[in-house]
Amino acid sequence: MLTEFGKIFVFLLIAIIFVIALVFIAWLIRPARPTKEKLTTYECGENPEGSPWVKFNIRFYVVSLIFLIFDVEVVLLIPWALVYKNFGLGGFMVGAIFLILLGLGMAYEWRKGDLEWDRAKIIPPVVKRPVFSSDNTREEETLKSNILV
Amino acid sequence: MIVYDFLYNIVFNITQSAVAGDITAMVISAALPLLFLVLPFAILAVWLERKVSAHMQDRLGPMRTGSHGWLQTIADVIKLLQKEDIVANDNDRPLFNLAPILVFSGSYLVFAALPFSSAYIGSNIDLGIIFIIAASGFVVAGILMAGWSSNNKYSLLGAMRSAAQIVSYEIPTILVILTIIMITGTTNLRTLSEMQTGYFWNWMIFGGAGLSLSKFLFIPFMIIGFVTLYISTLAEVNRTPFDIPEAESELVSGYHTEYSGMKFAMFFMAEYANMFAVSAIVSAIFFGGYQSPFGYLGNTLGLTWMVPIEQFLWFASKGIFFVLVQMWLRWTLPRLRVDQLMALCWKYLIPIAFVNLIIVGLITVL
Repeated sequence: MLTEFGKIFVFLLIAIIFVIALVFIAWLIRPARPTKEKLTTYECGENPEGSPWVKFNIRFYVVSLIFLIFDVEVVLLIPWALVYKNFGLGGFMVGAIFLILLGLGMAYEWRKGDLEWDRAKIIPPVVKRPVFSSDNTREEETLKSNILV
Repeated sequence: MIVYDFLYNIVFNITQSAVAGDITAMVISAALPLLFLVLPFAILAVWLERKVSAHMQDRLGPMRTGSHGWLQTIADVIKLLQKEDIVANDNDRPLFNLAPILVFSGSYLVFAALPFSSAYIGSNIDLGIIFIIAASGFVVAGILMAGWSSNNKYSLLGAMRSAAQIVSYEIPTILVILTIIMITGTTNLRTLSEMQTGYFWNWMIFGGAGLSLSKFLFIPFMIIGFVTLYISTLAEVNRTPFDIPEAESELVSGYHTEYSGMKFAMFFMAEYANMFAVSAIVSAIFFGGYQSPFGYLGNTLGLTWMVPIEQFLWFASKGIFFVLVQMWLRWTLPRLRVDQLMALCWKYLIPIAFVNLIIVGLITVL
């Protein structure tokens, strides 16, 4: 007697065998007359130009990182969601604090601009030009302090 | 389950061997959803998809093969069987051949944990919902593999987009499912369906069984949860309005551009199997799964063997209803841009699901 996960393994086997069997049957029936044109990579009828394995958008990487963080946090929440009712309001508060931390992390990412698909705009520090005054030393001081800020 | 025991007893009575009984029962019950659901559904849904889209655009669609073209898909399958299977010189052969297997088995694994009726469930694991989410994550590996090994710019771009999309929309899905876990305290889909027995006001969308104050407080949040879940599952199966991975007008057909013949058909079937699977999950979670909205004919007539069959019919028709809604949305909404897609997920769905989760948690505690 297999366990319930063993039955899932049988499902997996059936799926794999099904695909292999169908591809095999098609292999028996189908013609195979390759030509040079058929064996080139499809690129809208043009000759393929360069390697397709080019640099991809770095946003995909950031998205996968954020996903990783959230996924781990959500996985931590699942056992809590199953049992928190046994502990009443206290049990809920524990999870709620965790959820609020998650929300804060999310708000931080949002504010940082990591959730935008376009690259986050970097706001360059603006140096305020002081209004013209006769006091020269003071002008320099305000300039310095502005730069420091 | 009953079907499993039934098969086991037949084989056991013939061969008097428990091992033979187990093996036959297991293999047959694992093949049942493939033969009686995935294949007929794919054939029906491809035809329906064409007919629905045609009628929505004031066309006729396929009309020649059979009455109103109902044989069209079968003709397509025969054609695909005879098609030459081209593997281009530049393709990464082992990965290229492995990808359809991974994608199809990933989407078929989901069917192992779906409760088709009270008499049949492939594998009655306690982790049902979590397993389904994990298995649908399996598909991402196959899609990336297909895109990478194709050595084609369109394929790679499509695979990247698809992976990013499936992965991001998994989070709102899990968050909504978490609210259900919090209310019901179970992750077993069969128990979840059994909880929603009786009439339709016991479904989770109406706050679940029982008559307490919290049931009525749940209703608005359940509706929000349902809409969030439906949108994110729509994105997970790459359907329009979230079909940028295979946007025909820019990427030919996304990650399966290089595939032809039967391997292409496998991708196609995995897509349709996925469509039914997510619809079935939505109906199992919010709309009572296999439960009838108003009693069973079998019970009134005193024929108890009819009840599981009726339950299966209810399950299939609820699934097909949500598939039809998917088709309807396909011809109603325009495709989203990449940045809009990500913004919808991270800036709208996830915060909404989050707040929903906390409020539902508060209601359950009060």
